[in-house]
Amino acid sequence: MKYRTRISIDKLFKVVFKATGMLVLALLGGIFAMLVYNSISFFLDIKPLDFITGMEWAPTAKTPKYGMLPLIISTTVVTFGAMIIAIPLGIGTAAFISEYAGSRLKNILKPAIEMLAAIPSVVIGFLGIVVLSPGIANMADLPNGLNALNGAILLAIMALPTIITVAEDAIHAVPNAYKEASYGVGATKWQTLRKVIIPAAAPGIITAVMLGVGRAIGETMTVLMATGNAGLIPTGMFDSVKTMTATIAIEMGEVPYQTTHYYALYAIATVLFFMTLFANIVGEFFINRIRKYHAV
Amino acid sequence: MKTKLSAKNLNLSFADKQVLKNISVSFAENEITALIGPSGCGKSTLLRSFNRMHDLFPYAKINGELFLEDLDLYAKNVPVTEIRKRIGMVFQKANPFPKSIYENIAYGLKINNLPCNKEVVQKALEEAYLWDEVKNDLKMPATRLSGGQQQRLCIARAVALRPEVILMDEPCSALDPVSTLKIEDLIKHLKKKYTIVIVTHNMQQAQRIADKTVFMYLGEVKEEGTTDDIFNNPKNEMTANYISGYFG
Amino acid sequence: MQYKTNRLSTVIEWGTLLLSTIIVCFFLFVIIWEIVSKGASSLSWEFVSAIPKDGMTAGGILTPIIGTVLLTLITAIFAIPFGICCAIYLNEYAENNWLTRTIRAAIRNLSGVPSIIYGLFGLALFVQALQFGTSLIAAGLTLGLLSLPYIITTTEEALKRIPNSMREAALAVGATKFETIKDVVIPSAMSGILTGVVLTLSRAAGETAPILFTGAAFFINGSSGYLNQEFMALPYHLYMLSTQHQSIDQVRPIAYGTALVLVIVVFLLNLTAFYIRYKYRKNEN
Repeated sequence: MKYRTRISIDKLFKVVFKATGMLVLALLGGIFAMLVYNSISFFLDIKPLDFITGMEWAPTAKTPKYGMLPLIISTTVVTFGAMIIAIPLGIGTAAFISEYAGSRLKNILKPAIEMLAAIPSVVIGFLGIVVLSPGIANMADLPNGLNALNGAILLAIMALPTIITVAEDAIHAVPNAYKEASYGVGATKWQTLRKVIIPAAAPGIITAVMLGVGRAIGETMTVLMATGNAGLIPTGMFDSVKTMTATIAIEMGEVPYQTTHYYALYAIATVLFFMTLFANIVGEFFINRIRKYHAV
Repeated sequence: MKTKLSAKNLNLSFADKQVLKNISVSFAENEITALIGPSGCGKSTLLRSFNRMHDLFPYAKINGELFLEDLDLYAKNVPVTEIRKRIGMVFQKANPFPKSIYENIAYGLKINNLPCNKEVVQKALEEAYLWDEVKNDLKMPATRLSGGQQQRLCIARAVALRPEVILMDEPCSALDPVSTLKIEDLIKHLKKKYTIVIVTHNMQQAQRIADKTVFMYLGEVKEEGTTDDIFNNPKNEMTANYISGYFG
Repeated sequence: MQYKTNRLSTVIEWGTLLLSTIIVCFFLFVIIWEIVSKGASSLSWEFVSAIPKDGMTAGGILTPIIGTVLLTLITAIFAIPFGICCAIYLNEYAENNWLTRTIRAAIRNLSGVPSIIYGLFGLALFVQALQFGTSLIAAGLTLGLLSLPYIITTTEEALKRIPNSMREAALAVGATKFETIKDVVIPSAMSGILTGVVLTLSRAAGETAPILFTGAAFFINGSSGYLNQEFMALPYHLYMLSTQHQSIDQVRPIAYGTALVLVIVVFLLNLTAFYIRYKYRKNEN
């Protein structure tokens, strides 16, 4: 190839590569613009305050009601329940893998966690229907087990791989010198773990939890299949709930384009977007603190 | 003797840190010049500015002039790939491509539109004293060679392009004494055809192979002259202290 | 006495951690056991090679299998080149300025955006604005967008592992920057890139939410496979059979079989990725 051609190709690809970088910005910008545009269309009809604080979600009623409080509460209840299960299990498993497991056990456990992460959400949701639901119904003497508890358990399973992996990284990254210093003053392994390693890894563990929260809030298929989808404000874990993601998934397929109801679903998506964004930003804040700390 | 490579009032800084200060130096044709000096004195930086390796870093600012004979190396219309073809480079750590031995030599020839066939590859490997050891496994991945062999392959890769100058950045620092001797032998043999500038930390190595030696300290050239003069009759006190091991 | 209580508490403490690990593994075991034990009886050559019959109460799942394969292919064709190019830009070209930092922040945020929102975006952009309608291509592109941040991140990590000396080696023999990337950097990083790509595709193959409104269909008569038409896909098929079908109990065996096939597909892709990574690490040492 002639030198001139080579230089032209070189220059051309520099532009191509840069353009793909811009594509990413365009993608996030596009998603954001879509959410904002459709939400504005919605808020021309419905007051934002009524939307956020309304106690009833009944868009197909005679006088449609667009109160998303039940949906927010449902999402919160299920996510909260999932975290109560997943946080202790996740941190415990991460500590076990990092501090106690030998290298051979590690080589089994880590791929097992990756396998758990690989299982599609629709399969987990399916098992919520066929395994967990009858189980819960039997135990609590209910007609069926499609409720908040079911969703929380499934979401916990889905969030666990994220929490374990990130927390394990954080625990693993604690400098050996800390541990040695602790053993040096006569602390046991457990004392070292609780008083030295976990506090030192705390920012990373918080990041792990926040990423798990983000994942749980945004998860659609499992909650759609396993929580019963009743649009009322739940009073307990045995109540059927309808989360924000499930509402979008169910109603978007049936609603005519460019009606208030259609726009309402985008408004829910906007709230959802900011909730997950918040969870991820908090997570990132703590991971950056670790990075700075280790840089020093 | 004819000057092959030279720098005139060269200043170089990375971001705010000035690394080379007003350097004027010249290297004669078909000679081996050693650049010595303590770590961080800028000898590698100087070496790398001759084949424009700093182009990679947007923060490197270069002022001054560099010449290959009378060609201005940083002139706007000079193709950088052409410069790198004429000024070859061998690095501190052997860095063969993750390709076969044959491909390692052939790659540079192909992209530069030079004739590429088995004879050319063989000739380059012979010149680097490597042919006899690898002639039966030219298809083998180069990464399977020993460290010393890899470094000689990198030298073969550079000489295959028939450069005029070969820059060497501490080529033996990662090698055992036997491989080092082999490469030193090779370098002495190569000077018949090429001009060689070599950065080294090893005083004995500089004395064994170099015709001229340049002593650098904190980004400046403190003294230059024949290797004999620098090591046996240094004029600068700093040079005397460095070569006798007071610092560095 | 003192010593004894210490030992007892050590066992309890150690046991707590072990127990949580066992519970997590138990979850995995239950999932796999349930799917394999109940799905295996549905699995046969006919099941994977016949199209659904009699309102999907009989026959096989060939149509959704084909749909998922084609869908994943479109995702790959779109996301791989764009993802790799973007990673190359970030790792090889981009300076550390506000633009680069913004792009990186955008990628991190995009990987946290819920998949259902990608579904909405695909609906707004591909189905409505670009007038593709609900179709295979619209759903494939939507999944492609979803996969983009993962491919970028994993590719960039693979590129980061290539030492600078490799790039210098190519530049020093007169290669241009693009030739250096094409001939040396990418081939050296290939196994790392491939691992990331395969893992991302396995994720995309199991996604349901993004294809809900962009083209997945309850049932398609005959063969699917046209870019501009709706399609059946394994995850969506499982969702439909387990929640929306009029005779849910009758189709349960088919649902189990579908779940098993889906899990097998995803695990095979994951195993491929593990294998590539394992081989790569072995070569490295």
